[in-house]
Amino acid sequence: MATVTYRQALRDTLRAEMLRDEDVFLMGEEIGVFEGSYKITEGLLKEFGPRRVRDTPIAEEGFVGAAIGAAMLGLRPVVEIMTINFSLLALDQIVNHAAKIYGMFGGQCSVPMVIRTPGGGGQQLGATHSQNVELFYSFIPGLKVLAPSTPAEASSMLKAAIRDDDPVLFLENLALYNTRGEVPEELAPAEIGRAAVTREGTDITIVAYSRMAHVAAEVAEKLAADGISAEIVDLRSLRPLDRETIVASVRRTGSAVVAEDDWLTYGIGAEIAATIQEGAFDWLDAPVRRVAMAEVPLPYSKPLELAALPSADSLVTAVHDTLAATGRR
Amino acid sequence: MENPIARAPAYEGKASMGDTETRSPARPRRPRKSRPKPETLVGYYRQMLLIRRFEERAARAYTEAKIGGYCHLNLGEEATVTGLMAALDPRDYLFTNYREHGYALARGIESRRVMAELYGRSTGVSKGWGGSMHLFDTGSRLLGGYGIVGGQLPLATGAALAISYRGGDEVVMCQMGDGTTNIGAFHESLNMAALWNLPIVYVVVNNGLGMGTTVAHSSAEPELHKRAAAYRMEGAQVDGSDVTAVRDAASAAVELARAESRPFLLETTSPRLRGHSVVDPARYRTAEEKDELKAADPLARFALELEEHGVLDAEARDKLDADVKAEVDDAAAFADQSPHPDVSTLFDYTYATPVAGESRRLPADPVF
Repeated sequence: MATVTYRQALRDTLRAEMLRDEDVFLMGEEIGVFEGSYKITEGLLKEFGPRRVRDTPIAEEGFVGAAIGAAMLGLRPVVEIMTINFSLLALDQIVNHAAKIYGMFGGQCSVPMVIRTPGGGGQQLGATHSQNVELFYSFIPGLKVLAPSTPAEASSMLKAAIRDDDPVLFLENLALYNTRGEVPEELAPAEIGRAAVTREGTDITIVAYSRMAHVAAEVAEKLAADGISAEIVDLRSLRPLDRETIVASVRRTGSAVVAEDDWLTYGIGAEIAATIQEGAFDWLDAPVRRVAMAEVPLPYSKPLELAALPSADSLVTAVHDTLAATGRR
Repeated sequence: MENPIARAPAYEGKASMGDTETRSPARPRRPRKSRPKPETLVGYYRQMLLIRRFEERAARAYTEAKIGGYCHLNLGEEATVTGLMAALDPRDYLFTNYREHGYALARGIESRRVMAELYGRSTGVSKGWGGSMHLFDTGSRLLGGYGIVGGQLPLATGAALAISYRGGDEVVMCQMGDGTTNIGAFHESLNMAALWNLPIVYVVVNNGLGMGTTVAHSSAEPELHKRAAAYRMEGAQVDGSDVTAVRDAASAAVELARAESRPFLLETTSPRLRGHSVVDPARYRTAEEKDELKAADPLARFALELEEHGVLDAEARDKLDADVKAEVDDAAAFADQSPHPDVSTLFDYTYATPVAGESRRLPADPVF
């Protein structure tokens, strides 16, 4: 078992899948000669050549659509979109084509492709480069949306995504690329659509994904020191959503806080809160609370950016407020 | 899951469709005028007639509320459709826009299965899931009619990329309307195809109107094939009312794509005889324009040409017409009698690889 970064886990998995299956190839801006804006594809052009590591023009709609077309003929393209912000340029191809082709033509043609893309703010990249719009894709039947939070999950879920016959939006996060974790040598592909209870607890459930799953883990440690036992549900898959695991946890703990990096109104947390009230209404001792980004275009200024982003402190506050509302203490 | 598209045996095309005395030239800009055999010409005429009668029947069925949604017809484009399809081999792939009934027929798909899709029945080419705008057939390698203007261009380009990736000798044809040349996907796709030397022929079917907006009113360069120059791609324009000319121009483009793996931009010009869709009365056209359209009807023009050359006389033409009318009536009856898709199949096609937690909830069902 090796300890590697999230970045290295992604790179190693891409390489292994390319070695395993000739139909797997990579497309995207700056992934070849430049070796990736975030160096996920480092060394792969040298090893596999330009046929399998294809630099594209700056044309998200065009190259995402081309990947869909190649997938329709049975190839397994893995597309990198530099950040999720730029996926908006490809929205028509992802939503109207990748997600629809299997159903719209009566199941005659699947689209086995992966779109890898990082989200995340906090890097002073300003309003158009700091968004978390995974919700747009999580809303669409026909797509699968995965959001691994650890190097091992990044590897097992990327394997699963590449081998899956449907279009998968694979959400990474700028803040996670340098995080480290153990990745077993022979790691099986993950089962798509399963959340994980990453920490067991009895007092409150924290539902999180991607970067916020790390924040939740940090917060749970702090809370433990104060005698509060928090359970963490890491969603891992935003579509399909593992409602059973969320609800089972809340039925055990009787309260919940959702930690999300996107905006609050209509966000991922809204769906989680609705799920909890439908599945665990009688078990709830307090309203479900959401910790989310302030509803502004994210500013460049560091103090303003920090004020807008959800943090460990904001999550701690929300947990204490929620537990106070239960009347248990 | 094994992908059925690339591995499917190619459809065995009609023998009469691609059979000519002269081979198409290698250079596309000056295609030699071929001299098809009489039976080939009669085959083209029958194909054009089938499209005409099929579309007229579809228009009628639409007004009878047998067909829902939108319904865009190939009326006036019969020579274009027939000529283009005659240039393709069964192994080649076709992507189209939403005005594609005729392409499906000319690709050899049974008129029954095409009409049944328009009727939304389970016997339709897309099992009733697609409708008029979304015809798809694995066997004939029609990889979809697409309802979003320009949506098919990146997809078709990617299919050509897959062919190139595998070193295959198939060609992709990507049909579109004139209005599509102004959308970003057009530029992005042609740029990639030229950059990567992909075996694809883009065909702009210029019928002069994007809905009610003329080409001159929407395109800074109204000679649409000239846009190929921006990508150092070859382009050509052909009279879309002349089936043989279309076939020759398209064959030359297809041959270039196949032999040299280079893209091509072909523009065909033809009148759209009716409104944008069945429900459009085309009030933006003057009475004079409508009279001119009648004179420009490619089917009437071709019938006259065949009669003058002694290929097909009025009696033989009437017999063909009766034959085609019977086929179309049969298609409509088949569609009408076919079952609707069973509601129990509603969740069958959301995902090719089923997953845990997939929603199968009907509107009134609770989540828990």
